[in-house]
Amino acid sequence: MLDVVIRLAIIVAAFLVLPLLVGQTEHKVMAHMQSRLGPMYAGGFHGWAQLIADGVKFVQKEDIIPAAADRTIFKIAPAVALVPYLVVLIVIPVGDGLVGVDLDAGLFFVLAVMGVGVLGAIMAGWASANKYSVLGGMRAAAQLMSYELPLVLAASSVAMAAGTLSLSGILDEWQWWWLPWQALGGVVFFVAGLAELRRPPFDMPIADSEIIMGPMTEYAGIRFALFMLAEYAGIVVLGALTAVLFLGGWHGPLLPGPVWTLIKIGVLAFVVIWVRVSYPRMREDQLQRLAWVGLVPLALLQLALTGVVKVVMA
Amino acid sequence: MDGYFGSYVVVAVLLAIGVGVFAGGLLANRMLRPHRPTVEKLTTYECGVDPVGEGWAQSQVRYYVFTYLYVVFAVDAVFLFPWATVFAAPGFGTTTLVEMFVFLAFIAIGILYAYRKRVLTWT
Repeated sequence: MLDVVIRLAIIVAAFLVLPLLVGQTEHKVMAHMQSRLGPMYAGGFHGWAQLIADGVKFVQKEDIIPAAADRTIFKIAPAVALVPYLVVLIVIPVGDGLVGVDLDAGLFFVLAVMGVGVLGAIMAGWASANKYSVLGGMRAAAQLMSYELPLVLAASSVAMAAGTLSLSGILDEWQWWWLPWQALGGVVFFVAGLAELRRPPFDMPIADSEIIMGPMTEYAGIRFALFMLAEYAGIVVLGALTAVLFLGGWHGPLLPGPVWTLIKIGVLAFVVIWVRVSYPRMREDQLQRLAWVGLVPLALLQLALTGVVKVVMA
Repeated sequence: MDGYFGSYVVVAVLLAIGVGVFAGGLLANRMLRPHRPTVEKLTTYECGVDPVGEGWAQSQVRYYVFTYLYVVFAVDAVFLFPWATVFAAPGFGTTTLVEMFVFLAFIAIGILYAYRKRVLTWT
């Protein structure tokens, strides 16, 4: 019982701290990539407390719900976007035996629950009764549909390789040569995951220079902050899943397992930020084309490769 | 907390904690925030001018065909997961590999068909 309580406490703590770290890193990394300094004041040392200050500000803001909105859906949409990313963390192993619970259908569970997170954006878009929000919500829906398929196919390639759906089981089976063997699937998974998070260059649903803030246009104060937290929690979850499925999770020389997991998540989060700074936004038809003409065939190729190698090896 | 359903109980507990975090944030907000609604403040945001028509406007969804494609392929893809856990088990090997290529061929031909019908381009 105590064991379970400690695990849950660590998961909740990680869920509340890691997204803030990613957010602060994004502030600073993006600033330096653009020859700026980024936040320098809050907290004294290089603006380390900027996001805490933001949180304190957000929590004091008025909660504005537009008169035209569908109030109930509008109110719960941030929770639908945020809570799934917390629930997903429970099956992600950070070390040998260090996992919230080891579900035997872990991979399937992760994909199903992550799909629910995207619903939050669609609900927000529709419930806001705002033209920009509706457009953004529709685009989010289209993006979810197109990128869910390559995501699922790439993930099932790893399940084939390991012969299990349990994430801990996958890491128990993991060998170093899976890195080149599953590399293609890893790239497909990461790109598709990035698109599901609606991060640049896949931020067509948000497109602030075009449809204001997409589904979040009408949100203010704490609910908006929770949407932001969901986005950064999503980066952490995507990094953790890519690390576990394709980069060997806690496997690594010299350092202890949890440190390796955190390093891999950190590097992947850095790549997410780097991509945001480097690439322009993709147009809606380019987005769909990349998914169906690019990623889905690549994912099918990876499935074929995995199947052939696995049977030849056996 | 043991057994098959026991681990899902822990998941349910974490779900409840997540809802609690959300509710806690809103509760803190409720105690700290001002509340002075005005008609203008609650108006739908359309870049500062008065909103035209209602927000649930009709728009042409140019990518609705992708929905059909997705439903077809995602239902297929779900079958991959139970199959993936047994396909290399002793006694399966080559048979399941051939089955996999049949499956992949179905999906690939489906996408090729959609591509040739120019469904995957902007209409």
